[in-house]
Order: sequence, then structure tokens, then C-alpha cells
Amino acid sequence: MAVSIIHRATGVALSFAGLGILTWWLFAVASGPEAYASLTKVTTHPLGLVVLVGITWSFFQHLLSGIRHLVMDSGAAFELGINKTFAILTIVGSVALTAAVWFYLLGVPK
Amino acid sequence: MSLGDSSTPLGRVRGLGSAQHGGEHWLTERVTSIALLLLGTWLLASLLLLPQLDQRTVLEWLHAPSGAVPMALFVIVGFKHALDGMKVVVDDYVHEPGNNFALNLIMLFLAVGGGALALFALARIAFGGVA
Repeated sequence: MAVSIIHRATGVALSFAGLGILTWWLFAVASGPEAYASLTKVTTHPLGLVVLVGITWSFFQHLLSGIRHLVMDSGAAFELGINKTFAILTIVGSVALTAAVWFYLLGVPK
Repeated sequence: MSLGDSSTPLGRVRGLGSAQHGGEHWLTERVTSIALLLLGTWLLASLLLLPQLDQRTVLEWLHAPSGAVPMALFVIVGFKHALDGMKVVVDDYVHEPGNNFALNLIMLFLAVGGGALALFALARIAFGGVA
């Protein structure tokens, strides 16, 4: 199903955008308040927020479908019904967790 | 990583999968994924539990060993897992040997370079002053 290719796509997104922004963020923290301000200027911009929400969703989706792949590596969950339910649950879970995180985060002062 | 030989007898004879070597890479990818399950959960929970996400708060968090050490592990394991994952993607879609080698080399340099940059920034946070 589509969840397998989504696992790849989110993995690529996390590798480049995720680790890239993590590295930039660590440099901003190390460099001081001015550098950090130029980062938050980008991350609080609507487009920046879209990217961050995308990375958050990719994180949860890759994590949940990763667990699914580990279970399947053990030889379990190959029955069609269970397999499909599990795949759908990873999407429902990742969307719900992303919504919960950002609902919480947008209430925290920057 | 040596976690036992998981290759099949035929695979041992040929020494070839799509990755051009045995089960080692496959296993490493799974071991790092389980480590990232723990480290990723730690990172997310830490970010959500910080009172604010301003520079000062993050600096103090990552200056302490309780923040710096797991973050260093996350960076190392994260870049390693990204490199292993990108190798699977490159090997699956880029079959021409020259392009395959070049792309895998670029991924290796990006991962090692990016990981080094992130660790350098983290070292400055951990060993620098918090003034």
C-alpha cells in the first residue's frame, strides 16, 4: 500500500529538511540571541510553520510506519486485514499526534 | 556492526544484494531505528516540556549533560540512519554503476559533513559559557 512509499518519502524529508533544520537550530543556539532571532523569524513565518508542521508529521509517520516495518520484519502482520488496518492506523496516528503537538506548541511563548 | 551473520548461503556465495553486500547494512538500519525510537521520543518530549523555546532556555537545556549527551547520540545515530536509508533509496532507483557510486558518495559526504557541523555546534553549546 501507499504507506510503504510514504515511509520512504518521509525518510528522505527527515534526512534533508529535518536534520538540516536541526543543525541550523543548534548553530543558532550556539551563536547567540541574534542568530536565534533570525531563525525564529523564518520558523514563525506562515511558510516556515508549514515546513515545521510537515517535518513533525513526517517524524510521526516515519516513526509509526517504522514500527510497522519492524513488526513485519518479525514475520507478523502480513494477513491482509491486519496489514491494512495497521497501515491506516499509522496515518491516523501521525495526523492526530501532529495536530496535538502543534495545538500545544502554538500556545507556548517563543 | 557484528550482530551475527544473517546472510543466506546463496547470498554469501554471491556477496550481492541490491546493496552489493550482505545483511549487515539491513541490520544496522534496524538497530539505529530502535535507538531513534527512544532518542526521538526523548527529543520531542524534551522540546514539549521546556517552559519556552527561546535561545536562553534551549542553551541551558543543551549545556547540561542531561541534554547534551542524548542530543549528541541523536545527531550521530540520526545521521547514520539517514545515510543508511538514503543508500537503500539510491540503490533502488539509480542502477547505472557510475551514477550510483557518485550519488552514494555525495550522500556519505553530506551525512558526515552535516553530522560534524551539528556536533560542532552542540560542543560549543555544551562546553561554552552560559552568559
